[in-house]
Amino acid sequence: MTDDAETDPRVLVLAPDDNVAIAKRDLRAGESLTVMGHAVTLARAIPTGHKFAFKPVSKDEKIVKYGAPIGRALVAIAPGENMHIHNVTSDYIPTYTLDAGHQYLEENRTQ
Amino acid sequence: MIQGYLRQDGRKGIRNLVAVAYLVECAHHVAREIVHPHRETGAHLIGFPGCFPNGYSQKMMERLCTHPNVGAVLLVSLGCECFNRTALLETVRASGRPAELIVIQETGGTRRSVDAGRAWVARTLDALRAAPRVDMAVDELVVGTICGGSDATSGLTANPAMGRAFDFLVEQNATCIFEETGELIGMEHWMAKRAQHPALGEEIVRTVAKAARYYDAYGHASIGPGNADGGLTTIEEKSLGAYAKSGQSVISGIIKPGDTPAGGGLYLLDVVPDGEPRFGFPNINDNAEIAELIACGSHLILFSTGRGSVVGSALSPVIKVCANPDTYQRMRDDMDVDAGRILEGRATLDDVGREIYDLILRVAEGEPTRSEALGHQEFILTYKTFEPLGPACFPTAA
Repeated sequence: MTDDAETDPRVLVLAPDDNVAIAKRDLRAGESLTVMGHAVTLARAIPTGHKFAFKPVSKDEKIVKYGAPIGRALVAIAPGENMHIHNVTSDYIPTYTLDAGHQYLEENRTQ
Repeated sequence: MIQGYLRQDGRKGIRNLVAVAYLVECAHHVAREIVHPHRETGAHLIGFPGCFPNGYSQKMMERLCTHPNVGAVLLVSLGCECFNRTALLETVRASGRPAELIVIQETGGTRRSVDAGRAWVARTLDALRAAPRVDMAVDELVVGTICGGSDATSGLTANPAMGRAFDFLVEQNATCIFEETGELIGMEHWMAKRAQHPALGEEIVRTVAKAARYYDAYGHASIGPGNADGGLTTIEEKSLGAYAKSGQSVISGIIKPGDTPAGGGLYLLDVVPDGEPRFGFPNINDNAEIAELIACGSHLILFSTGRGSVVGSALSPVIKVCANPDTYQRMRDDMDVDAGRILEGRATLDDVGREIYDLILRVAEGEPTRSEALGHQEFILTYKTFEPLGPACFPTAA
């Protein structure tokens, strides 16, 4: 677990090669914080346990969490953007979503 | 020291229950009515709803009815179903357990069957209360693990903490079982490196590939709307969290539902059917997986949840480890362990892992879990098919 002086204590980066940061508690949109030495401003609120980018991620780049690939970027993702079903997809089998997930996709496609 | 109930096959139980088993859905109501007055004093309801025979359901029912936590069995049959009740009754009696069969059509209908069943259960529970107990070592324990209602905190707190508890148990040569190969998709090559021998590693990769094919046939992975709302984006991410439940011990072998592990160590339970997909999703809910872990001999189940599951199980106590601190605040009466403290910086993974290990021993000694005390005795069993294990699945390479 990398949660040293270069990373805000409200944030977790699980392994050195990861390109996702995890909120340890609910974070508000517009908050500025440091992650692995990168200055990041959050585009949207990040609920506890959810993910955001802290460095630029290009389209089709592997998303790495705890050193393991958990899927790939559907689009380019800028630092501070939330990373979830709207911009990350599985390399195996799709994720099934219902109303809240559909609403989330609607809100985030317009960002 | 744990005090267990010694069975004829040498295994020991941490509970001494009467299992009341319906052999077709048509006998379910009568069986449930028989259990009702005794449901807080040791009678548990299990059963198989299908009318037609199937090797998997027969094996599952035989293993559940001769589970070490079961002291006696009452079978409830309608009379015309295809389930081989005679074979099941003989298996249970041969295991040294008191067993009785009520055939509703021969007994004279609902009321007479319920009365006869209740009288038998009352007498049998009285007799079981006098059963002697013997010393039981940690290496005689079999513990299963599952996650349900997962969110993005599950893989950060509860699952790795349960993995630590598994490591502590395996160090004592206890038997630990983890499962749901459909929720290990993406982890197969990491997992293979932990196999006791190379052929087992190859078998692990094949087992997960089978799960991926099976789920793919149904259009989506084992990741649902609640998981996504809770911050899990892909099946690989869910798998990464689920995989943490297995801890870091060497993987000794692969088993299938109803197989008893050959000895102490860590085993992967392959719950995805063999052959073409034909009975729907491999696991229709968490309790289907719990029933399979129990059929493999699990005395108790570690269950991690982020969104907040309330289920327990028939036959084996379920320890609920809550991953998400907000969920714990809302649903604390249902939770045995508050693993969200790790996220809040109030405890380490080792602290919570040790707490889970200590609780396992207390539950084995008789302390009721939250779900047990709340009366949760969920149970479900549906159709599946499996082929026998290949030689590479066992601890020593063939």
